[in-house]
Amino acid sequence: MSVLSLTLVHAKYSLIETARIPIAVIGTLVFPALALLFFVVPQQAVAGDPVYATQAIISMSVFSVMIGSLFSFGLGIAENREKPWEPYLRTLPAPGIARVLAHIFSTGLLAIVALVPIIIIGALLTEAVATPLQVLVGLGAVAVSGLPFMLLGMAIGYALPTKAAIAVIQVVFFALGFGGGLFLPPQLFPGWLDAISQFLPSRQARDFVIWAVQGGDLQPLTWLGLIAWTVLLLALVLLLVRRDEGRRYR
Amino acid sequence: MTSLATLDHVSRSFGSVTAVDDVSLKIHEGEMLGLLGPNGAGKTTVISMLQGRRRPTRGTVQIFGGSPADAASRRGLGSTPQETALPEALRVGEVIDFVGAHFAHRRPTAELAAEFGIEEFLRRQVGSLSGGQKRRLSVALAFVGNPKLVLLDEPTTGLDVDARHSLWTVLREQHARGATVVVTSHYLEEIEALAERVVVMAHGRVVADDTLPGILNRVGVRLVRLQTSQPERVEALSGVDRRDGEAYFVRDSDAFLVELVRSGIDFHDLTVRGATLEEAFLSLTESIEPEGAR
Repeated sequence: MSVLSLTLVHAKYSLIETARIPIAVIGTLVFPALALLFFVVPQQAVAGDPVYATQAIISMSVFSVMIGSLFSFGLGIAENREKPWEPYLRTLPAPGIARVLAHIFSTGLLAIVALVPIIIIGALLTEAVATPLQVLVGLGAVAVSGLPFMLLGMAIGYALPTKAAIAVIQVVFFALGFGGGLFLPPQLFPGWLDAISQFLPSRQARDFVIWAVQGGDLQPLTWLGLIAWTVLLLALVLLLVRRDEGRRYR
Repeated sequence: MTSLATLDHVSRSFGSVTAVDDVSLKIHEGEMLGLLGPNGAGKTTVISMLQGRRRPTRGTVQIFGGSPADAASRRGLGSTPQETALPEALRVGEVIDFVGAHFAHRRPTAELAAEFGIEEFLRRQVGSLSGGQKRRLSVALAFVGNPKLVLLDEPTTGLDVDARHSLWTVLREQHARGATVVVTSHYLEEIEALAERVVVMAHGRVVADDTLPGILNRVGVRLVRLQTSQPERVEALSGVDRRDGEAYFVRDSDAFLVELVRSGIDFHDLTVRGATLEEAFLSLTESIEPEGAR
């Protein structure tokens, strides 16, 4: 059985399970839309300006994928490791990479679907502008630049028990969200913070998607950084998957 | 005989607890091997190391000549989840197909379901099954991939007598189809019903590895309880394995009583009963280590 076919099998049954309990997806769908409604739409200075509004929608999309990935991957995996089905799946002849990719194609797909409400709200209630092609390119860019967050969520899920994972995810998403310029635009950052920000995957994802949608310059640090984070975190996740023995009690 | 799985001087600790202590074992092709021992003896840890779920602290574990941690080595392996593990939202047929999709020569879902008596539930969600039906599904999953080696950890725990007997019949049929089967249990009865070779574990060690008749002969211990003013003399009588307070473990209680009466030692309040399996194992452990810390 090839890695690809096993990846699709694992992704398929994970999606079937999710579809049978759809309420679990509601939080992922609603939370970013609410954040957009409360933080961006009422601010006329942002929502009324086509360039800033579009960037704000993009920041919110990146934020949405980040938070969706960290929580769904991190908590989902940490919880599954405490249930006996996950240890059973480990006895089947599926390599770790197939399991990791299956998570990305199932949980990650849902994180991208959660962007639909954001795009609709952005189109209806702000001055943000993007052609249908730009929206598609933007979604592709969000999906690619979301990989580090998905892998980071997986690493947290495989490394920590559920309660510890919640705490770590909360700290990580706030630090990455603020430090990456997803709450406040980086134009408002002091020089030192802007310099640090350039190395964060959240800032790199934001800049990458803005470039994909609006054009302009793409710093080498942005795309090199995204590749580096993805490769490093993938290696870390594969190591953790291989070393994982489920929840350990002492 | 070809060896499908090997443990070579394997130990596994959890923190300060040694669950498996220097175990060496070869599982040969075509065997029906019973891994017998009380709870906490290390049976499940041995199984989980063969499945690649846990790594040994010391020693090496191999299945089909490779490391169980590599997915490729597990292609000929079939195992059973705990019945509480099954994903409740999936349908029975979906669970079988999900697991079956991992194997190149999988059994057709309907055929397998018929053999395990769950064909009428294929369209039902797992959450709606009874405990016994879930257990049948769990055990069936071990066979969906036409495995060469099947590891069953306590396959009939929680089943009533009828369900247990019918599952044993199915397991014997699967073994007859050519699968090598390792079954763990803390019921001697279950091992008697299934196994040809029996490995007994206690305190993380292998204390006996023999044919079924050989093991039955050795664990058939009786427990005699009596009050006496000369316990040392009673203990010294022939046929006494060991003493624990007022309890004496003997192989043949009839011969022991004859000898006790002949010896003229005073006694009262005598009772005789079969030793529990755990007590029998303890006897076995100590008779194997005569110089042990008694």
